[in-house]
Amino acid sequence: MSSYDVIPEIEKNYIKELLSKGKRLDGRALDEFREIKIEKDIIKKAEASARVTIGNTIVIIGIKVSAGPPYPDSPDSGVVTINAELLPLASSHFESGPPSAFAIEVARVCDRGIRHSDIIDKTTLCIIEGEIVYIIFGDIYAISFDGNLFDAGELALTTALSSLKIPEYEIIESENGKKEVNFINSWKKVEVNDIPVSISIGKIGKTLFIDPDEKEELALDSRITFTFNKNNELISLQKGLSGHFSKEEILKGMEMALSKVDMLRNKVIECIKDFE
Amino acid sequence: MELIKLEKPEKLIDENNIRVDGRKLNDLRPIKMEVGVLPKANGSAYVEMGGNKILASVYGPREVHPRHLAESNKAVFRCLYRMATFSVDERKSPAPSRRENELSMVIGQALEPAIFLNYYPKTMIECTILVIQADGGTRCASINAASLALADAGIAMRGLVSAVAIGKADGKLIVDLNNVEDQFGEGDLPIAILYPLKEVSLIQFDGILTNEEFQQCINLAYDACEIIFNKQIEALHKRYSKEIIEKDNKKEA
Repeated sequence: MSSYDVIPEIEKNYIKELLSKGKRLDGRALDEFREIKIEKDIIKKAEASARVTIGNTIVIIGIKVSAGPPYPDSPDSGVVTINAELLPLASSHFESGPPSAFAIEVARVCDRGIRHSDIIDKTTLCIIEGEIVYIIFGDIYAISFDGNLFDAGELALTTALSSLKIPEYEIIESENGKKEVNFINSWKKVEVNDIPVSISIGKIGKTLFIDPDEKEELALDSRITFTFNKNNELISLQKGLSGHFSKEEILKGMEMALSKVDMLRNKVIECIKDFE
Repeated sequence: MELIKLEKPEKLIDENNIRVDGRKLNDLRPIKMEVGVLPKANGSAYVEMGGNKILASVYGPREVHPRHLAESNKAVFRCLYRMATFSVDERKSPAPSRRENELSMVIGQALEPAIFLNYYPKTMIECTILVIQADGGTRCASINAASLALADAGIAMRGLVSAVAIGKADGKLIVDLNNVEDQFGEGDLPIAILYPLKEVSLIQFDGILTNEEFQQCINLAYDACEIIFNKQIEALHKRYSKEIIEKDNKKEA
């Protein structure tokens, strides 16, 4: 985020001072999320879509599905690619141009959150082993940026994947022996076995707190994002920014994160419960 | 709003002059407009025109970056049009296409005459448009959204810009083309009109039209844009009359 405005030192010091007393600029408790809203199926052109609002942060995701060749090292698995776009629409700090390192970090952290869970068994996305598999693209767009794109992106991603229907194909063999697929105008649900959720913890001075907003992110020393699977086992972790954590702080952060896992997962379950 | 599958229909207009989506020749698609939808932007708007879903944001007037682009007598106006990868049937690559770059320019040039750029020297006004669902006529819907976002940002303007595409299908002139009519029709003429001056600030055409038809198209565009302009005014009223009422209520209390 090289293009970030510098927030005045005075405001930064004020945020720091408040946090050291266990208080935050917007009046939240240290372990309190902003209001979270999840909606699914907002884009009809996408095979699945969702909009997640955390306070003034809004992200949307659309998932597109096609058929194509698998990666050579996993010929029996579908391909899932997650991408994040931070357009100047979302914040006065975002600029147009190729994805920034921060945008790539958001996409990668969200991606790793699902990759190591059982949300979708990728071998069920195989059409012809070694030749044709389902290619799934999940594109996350920040619409309004007020911090914590990681958790918003992950919630959007799990909601969309949990309400995904993929096209069904028939396999056609052409005269030269080449196999092709043809859409047969029917759709099937993807079996979903997990709902991973991520929780980001910020650190300023010696204080840890959940769900940093934009102003807090500008003052952050460091950040750590935990992702847990349905058994509340840790499946992904990312420390961000140039600060550092003690061993105790990491464990305390994890404890704080674990206390919010069920609340977040229930929001996703609530949103997808009527999906058939 | 159900989207119509992109397949060439036998007829775009039936014997009773009804179009593929059930509209009459001069009907607009359903329009939804909302102002002030993005909490972090200085101005924003969300517009639905049929199956199109468009978000527009405005930031500024603010410092010009890079600084050497600043103009001493007026603001620099920058417009960026982008389509979400999932807004179309086949996933679009996230990299900006030549089409998106051209549309950024023509949409910017359609909006610029509406803005009193000379009020804000040495600054920059940035407008970003994101198409989250496309259904034919996104440039017109984008202009309608961006114009509202500029007004929402409180930028001094000569008026609003309203846009619609007029076209021709099965030999008949039609208003506000949908995706199927855009792809398989005989002509597409997007027009943007600056109100209340009633000057044309965008006009493009692809297809084939006789001179008489072209004149009729322009007249149809003026009629349709008038309706859109009124909807834009309504959306602004809805946003700001509420604020005024709330302020009045607070004073009384």
